[in-house]
Amino acid sequence: MEHYLVAIAVTAGIYALMALGMNVIWGMAGLINLGLVGFFAVGAYASGLITLKLGAPIVVGVAAGTLLAAVVGVLVALITVHLRGDYLAIVTLGFAESLRIVMSNELWIANGTDGLSGIPGPFRAEAGPHLFNLLYLGIVVAAVVVLFFLVDRLVNSPFGRVLRAIRDDEEIARFAGKNVVLFKVKAFAFGTAALGLAGALYGHFTSYIAPDLFAPLLTLYVKLSLLTGGLGNSKGAVLGAVLVVFFLESTRFLAPLIPGLSAVQAAAVRELAVSVALLVILRFYAKGLLPERIEAPPFTAAAAAPAASHI
Amino acid sequence: MQVTQLILNGLMSGTILAVPAIGLTAIFAVLRFTNFALASHMTIGAFAGFLANVWLAWPVVPSLLAAFVVAGLVGVLSDEFILKPFRAAGFITTAIGSIALTIALENCVRLLFGNELRGYDLPIRRDWLVGGLRVSPQQLENLAIAVAAMTLLFLFLFFTRSGRAMRAFADNPMLASIKGINADMVARLVSFVAMGLAGLGGMLIGLDTTIDPLVGFKSILSIFAAAVVGGLGSLPGAVVGALLVGVGEELSLLILSPAYRSAIGFLAILVVLTLRPRGILGARAY
Repeated sequence: MEHYLVAIAVTAGIYALMALGMNVIWGMAGLINLGLVGFFAVGAYASGLITLKLGAPIVVGVAAGTLLAAVVGVLVALITVHLRGDYLAIVTLGFAESLRIVMSNELWIANGTDGLSGIPGPFRAEAGPHLFNLLYLGIVVAAVVVLFFLVDRLVNSPFGRVLRAIRDDEEIARFAGKNVVLFKVKAFAFGTAALGLAGALYGHFTSYIAPDLFAPLLTLYVKLSLLTGGLGNSKGAVLGAVLVVFFLESTRFLAPLIPGLSAVQAAAVRELAVSVALLVILRFYAKGLLPERIEAPPFTAAAAAPAASHI
Repeated sequence: MQVTQLILNGLMSGTILAVPAIGLTAIFAVLRFTNFALASHMTIGAFAGFLANVWLAWPVVPSLLAAFVVAGLVGVLSDEFILKPFRAAGFITTAIGSIALTIALENCVRLLFGNELRGYDLPIRRDWLVGGLRVSPQQLENLAIAVAAMTLLFLFLFFTRSGRAMRAFADNPMLASIKGINADMVARLVSFVAMGLAGLGGMLIGLDTTIDPLVGFKSILSIFAAAVVGGLGSLPGAVVGALLVGVGEELSLLILSPAYRSAIGFLAILVVLTLRPRGILGARAY
């Protein structure tokens, strides 16, 4: 049981990393990413392949997975950044699905649908399963803490202010002389790097990845995390991830308790619960548990008005 | 010879693809958002047609009508109660809401019918060989139905009051409401027709193969590709785009495994967005 709880906590940490990354893309820059799971997969596959086939150290694999996810993020963003947001939605969704198709069919990359097994974990053999889980929890928590402070710095930095300006009114940001395209691409790259990091850490924890794991549902879980906690808020992203993983795990136990349901139906009820929860939160509680708080500017409107009239 | 056969197959599958692609692009033109819930409405249509065809033993054409009506009604209800409030909150909320909606509806179908593959009750007929080309009578029938549905739609849009109201609203919502066109009625009408076409398309695709709850989601990339290649928001564009994507997917079989069919759609999206984002017949993409 303790084993299971530690494993859930690791999952929650990995979701928190993704939620923090998505917070920069969606919450701060106002960009959409419906193919989040694709960038997660890029990180997981890159790190898994590099450590398994090239024998590189795990740290190198994780760094490479993070970097590659960011590079792919830049490419995807560059194609659509000057178009209406709907196109980014279509391209990100298409990217994740196409990646899944390629990884399922190209056996020479990572064994197709059989997946990649035996991905090394840090000190997995030396520590034994119990200690390994605890050790890994420590690593994931450390990664969440570091990313949390990075994102927090970003929110209050000039960069973060420009992102929010773009999100709220792109034209005004452009008029103020900001290179809107560059800021958007940077924000997207930062976010997808976090998704890649989460994917790499996931692979080294479970030691096994396969295309089926990277289904669109995971994208919904992370959106649900972010919305539950409060969009645009780092604390909210972490809190939301913990709550959502807890909710998901409890539906795992509750759905089979409904009498007369087959395994397929129980799985359908779970997915239904998750998607309905997302719809309800999106509709009625879109601000989340911890709404975004932006510090008031150091001058008031009354003080600013006379200054403007002198121009 | 093989290439001719592939092009013929592509034109036929493209015509069927055009039916849901028109639905997608019509919603984009009038309500100005990309409705990812199209996938589940295709599935709902396919299963409504299955109920009519297999359980009630209706012939294929009335079953297709059932697919259209049921998917259209679900489309009106889901737009009215779920997606409409999201539209006020911006396009990211709407897009995510429509993805969540599609997964919710797909799982409703899964809850009722399970995951197994099902087939329609069709008379077994021998393929025809015309000038060395192989065509199945069922495919020709599907083709005729798809063409008939599209013709009816264009007649509706150009020669009826409601159709004209829809076009006026797509062209200029402000002017249309000044002229007394009720925006809510137009939204309901376009949801019914577009999601009805999605349901019809879902069943037409199923007639060719089998159906399961993922029948809509599996073809969603090809449909988005058709709409984007033709120009998102342009109805004739969706038809042209669907034919191109259909032929492209079939020709890809010369060099790629069939598993890559929908990845071809994604490739087409990337090429078009890089070279000509507004598509072949679209107005603009920003």
